[in-house]
Amino acid sequence: MLGNEAIVRGALEGAVQFITTYPGTPTSEIGDAFVKIAPQKNIYFEYSINEKVALETAAGASLSGLKSLVAMKNFGLNVASDFLIPLVYTGVSEALVVIVGDDPGCTSSGQSEQDSRAFSYLARIPTLEPTTPQECKDFVKLAFEISEKFQIPVMVKLTTRAALQSGIVKLDRFNWHRHNGKFIKNPHQFVILPPQVLEMKKGLLLKIGKIKQEISARPNLNKVFIQSRTNILKKLGIITSGVSFLYSQEALQELKLNIPILKLDFFYPLSQTKIKKFIQNLDKVLIVEELEPYLEKEISVIAKNTNPNLEILGKKQIPLIGELNTDKVISAIAQLADQKWTPLLSTAIISRRTPQFCPGCPYWFIFQAVKKAVDVKKVIFGGEIGCSMLAGFKPIEILDYLYCMGSSISVACGIKKSTNQKVISFIGDSSFFHSGIPALINSAYNQSNPLIIILDNQTTAMTGHQPHPGIKKLGQSMPIIKIENIVKACGIENLKIIDPIKIDEMISTIKDFLNKPRTSVIIARRACIKIK
Amino acid sequence: MFENFNILIAGIGGQGIITLTRVLAMSGLLQGYDVKTSELHGLSQRGGSVETHIRFGKKIYSPLIKQDSADLIISLEIKEGLSAAFYSDKSRTSFLINDFSQTTPASKLKSSNQETINTLQKTAKKVIILPATKIAIQEVKNPTLAGMLLLSYASFAKLIPIKPKIMLQAITNAIPSSYLPINQKVFNFAKSLHGIY
Repeated sequence: MLGNEAIVRGALEGAVQFITTYPGTPTSEIGDAFVKIAPQKNIYFEYSINEKVALETAAGASLSGLKSLVAMKNFGLNVASDFLIPLVYTGVSEALVVIVGDDPGCTSSGQSEQDSRAFSYLARIPTLEPTTPQECKDFVKLAFEISEKFQIPVMVKLTTRAALQSGIVKLDRFNWHRHNGKFIKNPHQFVILPPQVLEMKKGLLLKIGKIKQEISARPNLNKVFIQSRTNILKKLGIITSGVSFLYSQEALQELKLNIPILKLDFFYPLSQTKIKKFIQNLDKVLIVEELEPYLEKEISVIAKNTNPNLEILGKKQIPLIGELNTDKVISAIAQLADQKWTPLLSTAIISRRTPQFCPGCPYWFIFQAVKKAVDVKKVIFGGEIGCSMLAGFKPIEILDYLYCMGSSISVACGIKKSTNQKVISFIGDSSFFHSGIPALINSAYNQSNPLIIILDNQTTAMTGHQPHPGIKKLGQSMPIIKIENIVKACGIENLKIIDPIKIDEMISTIKDFLNKPRTSVIIARRACIKIK
Repeated sequence: MFENFNILIAGIGGQGIITLTRVLAMSGLLQGYDVKTSELHGLSQRGGSVETHIRFGKKIYSPLIKQDSADLIISLEIKEGLSAAFYSDKSRTSFLINDFSQTTPASKLKSSNQETINTLQKTAKKVIILPATKIAIQEVKNPTLAGMLLLSYASFAKLIPIKPKIMLQAITNAIPSSYLPINQKVFNFAKSLHGIY
């Protein structure tokens, strides 16, 4: 079972009734599984238009007494964080579990190499870090339990190698639950006005203290692992979490060393008692964690009181950039155990093929038209997240800036207001719904004049063809929301819908629209070639 | 019994690598091994380099193969084999290569296919080259089945510790029923190749 599939199974075992998501690698398969299961089992599932809306919708269900789950990628949490932080203050009426997928090494996400554990501190949200597909399942179930018991949202933080790792999973039984929710009025709890918000903060801190006690008392959580009972190197220790635990185990096996490992299941709150107990008699400890040195900093503080002479190894031995693997951990453990280890010299010629549009993709035509219509050296091109970002790679290689969803339009407006240069922003259909609309309204209202090309391939292609409000879902009667109607509603007069294979029409329209004094929009509409 | 058996599949997004990974994982399960795999989705699938890892054994920890410790590398495209060579070891690794190359406008590689194969021969115990894409087009008119052909061949040629009978069962379990007949056809064809390559 894939980690993501195990997440779904864990949610079902935890009796989930309401699921929302916005697709994003590495967690897209969670929604893709629920969209199939939900109608059969009479539970509610939706693809929301962005992660903030997804979290808010799931929270609405949770405030109404339904067990809810929301899944998103790391950058989705940035979008959702505006709502997440006050939500943790108010707490919830029924369990709400937030699944977030980080991508160390940026295998599928170029925006930044984000370590979302920072949000655990910022929002004070209890956070679990599963290691294997088995733990993906078990931790989601546990997250539901903790969330329900303490009436607080709980985050399960994955990485690509946890979400897209497959392994054997032992399943538990589950029963389908379905009941109608009821929102019970309690403004004192759910209205975050000053000064009661400070009372809420106090309540939250108390809750976190109780959770800390609870997880420290549970023998099955935050456990110490030893390879065998003999030849234990008692003065050395390793503290780790998530998939780094697997690399540590494998590295010890490879080095034939028996060093105790404390595996931290909860990143927040940390079980200080278990860490104290583990480090009190050690000479040296190695902290194996991917990306930011959060554990290392926490453990340094704990050690100051518990064992001031403890030597702490961490980010000096383990890289701050990139994904970990067994080889990197082996060399760090060798330093911990003062062993000689000669790293293997790579004989390979590393040559990565960069991704590009699929053969036959309608986007090829769009960029061909743009290149023919304008002097690419003079015009500024803004990119967007989604398949259209592939225009930044060879052979098109046209983008001048690329940040996050929705930004292609607003950055263009800023450039237009500051310079005499022409700007074309490219935005995909799903990104347009996700966060392009406020940017478009702003451009129209503040009278900027970029040319916005909406690359409408009628799907959320990059993440596996999830639907969005602009297309009809099979067998469903909900009305579609036409992109052109939104554009018109903003009072934008320079609007054309063009099939991108009509290259001549594309070229002449681009030339014409680039000289307009107001915002102009081309909707280049042709379905993704991969849609069945 | 081996400690663990590491298989790496390298190729280009769109070649059906995720499906192959799942068939292999299923075969390992049916054979009674602990199994771990690791795959990549999203951006990397759009025609870029894709590599997946499959590990069998008594107890597998990491889903990723260590440097220089692959037992079998299946490369669905000749030049993709080069980056996979990071995992190959002169005394341990067999390379099973699809005699197929795809140049892209983005590709910076200047070396010829023969040069690539010569390089790989220096890093591996054994290099087998099979025109899998050509055969798949001839036999089932579908180049995506090239991977299935290589995988089936690996089973018949004992390059992996999975018996052909188990491999066929894994294919039946993991492949959607509408695609099953062509996959079975390719599997059977692979048997006839054993001994030729």
